[in-house]
Amino acid sequence: MEILVCARRVPDTSENEISLNSTGNDIERDELVYSVNEPDNYAVEEALQIVARGGGKVTVVTVGGEDDEEILRREMAMGATHGVLISDAAFAGSDGRGIATILKGFVAKGNYELVLTGVQAEDGAAQVGGMLAAMLDYPFASLVNSIEILDGKKLKISREIEGGNREISEIDLPCVLSIQTGINEPRYVGMRGIRAVASVPIATPDAAELAVDPGSVGKVGATVTRVDYFMPALGKGAEMLSGSREENIDKVLELMAAKGGLK
Amino acid sequence: MARIFAYIGHRNGIVDDSAMELFAAARKIDPAASPTALVTGWGASLDTICDALRTTFPEVWKIASENLAYPNAELIRKALMKVLPAGSIVLVPHDHFGIDLAPGLSIKLNTAFVSDILDVTERFGTALTVVRQEFGGQVSAHVRCNLSSGAVITVRPGAFKPSSSAPLAGVVVDKSSEVGPLAAGRRYLQTVVAEAGEVDITKHNVLVSIGRGIQEKDNVGIAQELADVLGAAVSCSRPVVDAKWLEKSRQVGSSGKTVKPKVYLACGISGAFQHLAGIKGNPFIIAINKNPKAPIFQVADIGIVDDILEFLPEVTNKIREMQSISAK
Repeated sequence: MEILVCARRVPDTSENEISLNSTGNDIERDELVYSVNEPDNYAVEEALQIVARGGGKVTVVTVGGEDDEEILRREMAMGATHGVLISDAAFAGSDGRGIATILKGFVAKGNYELVLTGVQAEDGAAQVGGMLAAMLDYPFASLVNSIEILDGKKLKISREIEGGNREISEIDLPCVLSIQTGINEPRYVGMRGIRAVASVPIATPDAAELAVDPGSVGKVGATVTRVDYFMPALGKGAEMLSGSREENIDKVLELMAAKGGLK
Repeated sequence: MARIFAYIGHRNGIVDDSAMELFAAARKIDPAASPTALVTGWGASLDTICDALRTTFPEVWKIASENLAYPNAELIRKALMKVLPAGSIVLVPHDHFGIDLAPGLSIKLNTAFVSDILDVTERFGTALTVVRQEFGGQVSAHVRCNLSSGAVITVRPGAFKPSSSAPLAGVVVDKSSEVGPLAAGRRYLQTVVAEAGEVDITKHNVLVSIGRGIQEKDNVGIAQELADVLGAAVSCSRPVVDAKWLEKSRQVGSSGKTVKPKVYLACGISGAFQHLAGIKGNPFIIAINKNPKAPIFQVADIGIVDDILEFLPEVTNKIREMQSISAK
């Protein structure tokens, strides 16, 4: 099966404390550790497992600039056949619809039976997969946590719904699925694996090549724009204990006893 | 101002809590709005739902169709396309159904799309400013959306407080005949209910709950030892289940279990809203996290900035000491 996985490079929130820059128009990015968006990595792993069972090819695509190439290399080191960096100055400032429009241009050039995205990006809106599917008139499912190939024409999938329950459906190919974390166990990639694919060429199509109207994407095409970032109000906020560890433990135990948490 | 619609979820004849929240959000977008409820489904329960909504919404649009008995987002999108006027603003709860429906609906309606909003801060004409969160709730953002050709907006559950007002005598408008036959490329087969685990975390008064901060599977024992001396159970947040360090039945959150303990020890848990949605009954929350900016500190009663891998064993030892003294 020909599978396309749409991935993004994002600041890794498990590794970073996010703070604002001095003007508040962006987060402070200088010290951030970037990595592939976590659900996207699960999507690549799922694609690789499908291809390992039934043959085919996995292409990983991202929209961005030079810095984003590193995540393509990483996913190629996992086993993806091709990495594609869609890049054009006209794409800067695209909203979700803009990104979906660009990806639609790329999908239309290929022959993909299955398109996967991660369910949501760290700074995203869980939108691109569903938008892309609607633009292509493909069926779509979000929050997918298992995929079974029924035949060349359809899949049996499950979606994560409330309470840990799973909604089982049948879906026609070609389709777009947004992948939830936990669907598989993504393989480990070491530096050696990344070095091994360091010189594999990465295609870099632009707006003209994908027949994307520059007026429909980027800042000019956006109907949704971020104005600024701010630190959320602390609500009532916790009473922060600032004693020594031993003092903090004593206080915790005292409070737990008072609240019925100690036998 | 464009007409505002609220898509109302329901199950087993009961209206979803989000209905009143969407009404409140609609009023915040436009204080003069008379939001219209959109309800899809089939059978007698659908009429019960419409009747219940009539007391809040001046108009309830009902779409009854046998193949809408189960909420399939693709079929519902096609049904809504038939009835929604151009330029509408459509509010949808940001849950597993809204995530499925809303992005594609915005494309087909050719409108702006904003997801998971927590608040509405201002509107000048067709420029609407809303509040969203990014990076797992560590930062908030003001986002501006152009409403000139309408919008689809998903609304975070629990973010908008329903206001109480005198019950209305709204009308139910049956739109079913405008919809016609529906078919989808995705067909619902069944729902598989989550398996019960070896430990039922919903039955415990004290939970030692662990998140990504536990770092590796071998460290889960640190939390288990503390739980053992407390007579508590170990629960967890999503990353711990994704990494297969604990089974799914231990997960607290909207896609896991809803728990109602008296004391909740949040250990190395960042506090994403999906996790907090699973904590009910207003427990006493003690949060321990290395990251002083972790959102969990906004909702906890007591917060400690520390490494759980060092902190928890010391708590366990201290309790053991106390227990051995009292046993003498």
